[in-house]
Amino acid sequence: MAGVTDEELKQMTQEERVTALGMRTEQLTGKSLYVEFDPDAEERFTYPWAPDVDFNKRTELDTDKMTTTEVNSRIRELMREGYGTIVLQNPRGKHSLGVGILSKLNLIIEGSTGYFGVGLIDGPNVRITGRVGWSCAENMMAGTVVIEKNAGSTFGAAMRGGDLVCKGSVGSRTGIDQKGGTIIVGGDTGALSGFMMQRGRMVVCGNAGKNLGDSMYDGTIYVGGEIRSLGVDAVTAELTDLDKKWLKRKLTQYGLMPEKGVDHFTKVVAGKQLWNYDNLEPTEKKLIL
Amino acid sequence: MAGTQYRGSEITDVDQFLKDADGLGSEREKEIGQHIGYRYDVNLVPDYDRITPYLQKYMEVMGWDDLNWLEDVHMGYEEGAPAVFDRNNNGWIRVPDTLDLPDNQQDRDMIARELLLKFQMSDRHPLVALRKAYMKF
Repeated sequence: MAGVTDEELKQMTQEERVTALGMRTEQLTGKSLYVEFDPDAEERFTYPWAPDVDFNKRTELDTDKMTTTEVNSRIRELMREGYGTIVLQNPRGKHSLGVGILSKLNLIIEGSTGYFGVGLIDGPNVRITGRVGWSCAENMMAGTVVIEKNAGSTFGAAMRGGDLVCKGSVGSRTGIDQKGGTIIVGGDTGALSGFMMQRGRMVVCGNAGKNLGDSMYDGTIYVGGEIRSLGVDAVTAELTDLDKKWLKRKLTQYGLMPEKGVDHFTKVVAGKQLWNYDNLEPTEKKLIL
Repeated sequence: MAGTQYRGSEITDVDQFLKDADGLGSEREKEIGQHIGYRYDVNLVPDYDRITPYLQKYMEVMGWDDLNWLEDVHMGYEEGAPAVFDRNNNGWIRVPDTLDLPDNQQDRDMIARELLLKFQMSDRHPLVALRKAYMKF
C-alpha cells in the first residue's frame, strides 16, 4: 500500500486499485492469517474513516417528500458535517431507512418504518418511536436499536452484534440465523424464533411461539413466559448466577426488568445432537438418506 | 452439560488448548483426527466486574451502557496459541507470546476485546485497504 497516494487511487479503476493495494498477491489458505496484535497500539475508539460527529450537534430531517435513497444519502452528508444526533420525521413506513451506517451516531426515527430498516449498521444508536416491518436490523454488526412498539417477522435476521430491542411483541422467525449480539423482546415472539441460531443471545420477556430454537447450532435463548414448544435439538439448561447477573443488567438498561426479577426465566440452548456430525458414520447417513 | 460443552472433548481447564493444541479428547475426535466444535465457550456472557478502563472509555465514547458487540468477543486458541477471531477479517489474529495471560477466561476475554478493538481501529487493519479498493460511496 505504501507508495500509492489516495489521490492516485481515486484516478484508478477498481481493478487497478485492487492490484495497486497488493490484494492480488495474498495467499488465501483458509487458516490463520498469521497477523499478530500490537499490544502497544494506540488507544482509538472509532474507525480511521469514521466521520467526527458530536452527539450534542443535533438536526431534524423531514422525510415526508424524500425517497429512501435521498434520506440515506442525506444522513451521510449530515454525519460528514459533524451532526451526531439526527431526527427523522414523518418516515411514513419507508423501507430500508437508515441502512449501512458504519460509525457512531444517535438516530431517532419519529414514526414507523417498513422493511429492512436500519440493516447492516455498525455502531449507531437508533430509537424508533413507532413500529417496524420485516427484517429490522438485519445483519446488524454493532450499536443499539430500540423500537418502542411492535416489530414484524425475521426481526434481527442474521444479526452479528449489538443490542436489538423491541419493547412490544414481534412476529415469527425472530433472530433467524443469528450469529451474535443480543435480541430483547419485551412482549411475545412468534413461531420458529431462534431458527438456526449460531451464536448470540435472545431474551423474550413474554411468551414464545412453537418450535423455539429449532435446529440451533449454538447461542442462548432466555424466555420469561411460556414456551409453546421447543424446536428440534433445542433443550433447556440451568440458569447460572452469571446468566442472572447479565439478564438483570441488560433488562434494567432498557427498562424491561420484570417486577418478579429474572429467576423464573427458562434458558434454552442447543442440544448439539443435530449439527455436530459425530453421531452417525457416513455409511449410516447414506442408509438413512 | 448441554450448551456449555461440545459433543467432542469437554473443556475442563482454561489452558486446555494451550497444552494440547490438537484437542482430541473424545473417541470420535480421535477417530476423525480433529477437535469438534469451538475451543472456547461461545456462550459465556461477560462479567462486568472485570471490565477494563479502556473498554469502559469505549462504551462512553459510543454512548453504550455495556460492551455491545464486544460481548461476543472471546479469547480463543488456534494451533496451541492464544488468538482472537476478527469478524472484519474473517480470520484469527494471534496474541503475542510476550503477553502474560490471566488464569481465567473472563479476564482473558477482556484482554481479547481490548486487543481486537485497538486492531480494528488502527490503520494497519486490512479493512482500511479494502475500503479504499472497493468502497462505492
